[in-house]
Amino acid sequence: MDKLKSTALTELHRTLGAKMVPFAGYEMPLQYKGLLDEHHAVRNNSGMFDVSHMGEFLVQGKDALGFLQKVTSNDVSKLSPGKIQYSCMPNAEHGIVDDLLVYCLDVNKYMLVVNASNIDKDWSWLQSYASNFDVQMENNSDSISLLAVQGPKVAELLQSLTEVNLGDMTYYTFQRAPFAGVEDVIISATGYTGAGGFEIYLPNEAAEQVWNAISALGVPPAGLAARDTLRLEKGFCLYGNDINDTTHPLEAGLGWITKFTKEFIQSDSLLVQKEEGLKRRLVGFGMIDRGIPRQHYPIVDKDDAIIGEVTSGTQSPSLNRAIGMGYVHIDHSKAGSEIFIQVRGKSLKAVVEKIPFVQ
Amino acid sequence: MNIPSDLKYSKEHEWVRVEGEHAVIGISDFAQGELGDIVFVEVETEGDSLDTDAVFGSIEAVKTVSDLFMPLSGEIVEFNTEIEANPEWVNSDPYGKGWIIKVKMSDASQLDALMDASAYGDLVGA
Repeated sequence: MDKLKSTALTELHRTLGAKMVPFAGYEMPLQYKGLLDEHHAVRNNSGMFDVSHMGEFLVQGKDALGFLQKVTSNDVSKLSPGKIQYSCMPNAEHGIVDDLLVYCLDVNKYMLVVNASNIDKDWSWLQSYASNFDVQMENNSDSISLLAVQGPKVAELLQSLTEVNLGDMTYYTFQRAPFAGVEDVIISATGYTGAGGFEIYLPNEAAEQVWNAISALGVPPAGLAARDTLRLEKGFCLYGNDINDTTHPLEAGLGWITKFTKEFIQSDSLLVQKEEGLKRRLVGFGMIDRGIPRQHYPIVDKDDAIIGEVTSGTQSPSLNRAIGMGYVHIDHSKAGSEIFIQVRGKSLKAVVEKIPFVQ
Repeated sequence: MNIPSDLKYSKEHEWVRVEGEHAVIGISDFAQGELGDIVFVEVETEGDSLDTDAVFGSIEAVKTVSDLFMPLSGEIVEFNTEIEANPEWVNSDPYGKGWIIKVKMSDASQLDALMDASAYGDLVGA
């Protein structure tokens, strides 16, 4: 096995007493004091995640817009400098190469933020299409650090570190400005927790200085375990769990970022499938019987016939009940449908719910 | 890490406290730390007689689930139902209020096969 990569903050996490685990080829903090404390801190107040493992690609050149229109499903022409878009890269077999954020840095200059586990795959995939376009790509993943400072109190807490009016920034916009004494930082009103807050992109050399400046304002560290429970409460897809190379963007509920008003990889055949009707759907569900759903547990109907599979599940710390997501046959996908989750040999009752679970 | 010297330990990270012919069983401080925040403990074997290493229940943390194994054989005479309502006690007080079951031992000599605190400390790298 390859040696695990570290981020610019790995040693700092150890000093803070984090439990470190391998994740997507990186050694990352799973938790510090404890998942529940960290989860509640972010949902109700503030918390800071080191997510420097995420990948960043710069795409620029005369055809940058045309290239991204081809390889991503959302309509990149809607972006203007300072705006961000959630999107996905469909593959040639009706699956998903990755989900990503597209930042419009300037006209025909974009930053793509991709999942750590997919950096190499995404890079090769994009390269294979880039040759037909006048674009230059740079993989800056190893030189950029990313701090996700999340929670409803974050705008207020971080205000002293920048002249940008954080409270005025709208969701899915960013600004480049000095932050905590570092010259050119991307301050992005995004995140994977649904709790509000910002993601801060900065050079590795400045990561520790900025982490410490934010910590000094009373923002506690939070680990990947809390990041997962926070995202699941909001029904956000996790690549590798809820979506992957074989999941259909529309079945995954990503129709809202799949724009058939433009041409992209597999757009014609995805549209045909949309019109013919989907076979299965990614849904959220809540447990009625006591038990916690976990990835790969079978989903069955009342006669124990298999109708799907759990892709993510947890005890929701905010709701104090068990929730999950999974693919089910389209006939069982309406909110209110009664389904059963097989938990260690027992069929436990659950009900399909609208997501997000937590408003 | 807390490893009380008056208890016996299994390789599956259960601890055993002898009370006459009974053994009180829970999971070690190391085990609760590895599991993380525990959200429920399921034991449906009260009244059953089980062999060593048999699964007597399961313990669910937010992120993971783990089976619970009998460190010795006997009849499960009591389940600590208070931890159904307060599963976090298994994290905060694993050797006290977080105890899980009480077993009537079928063969007390099985205790000799368990580790003492020093051997268990070596196992978990304490």
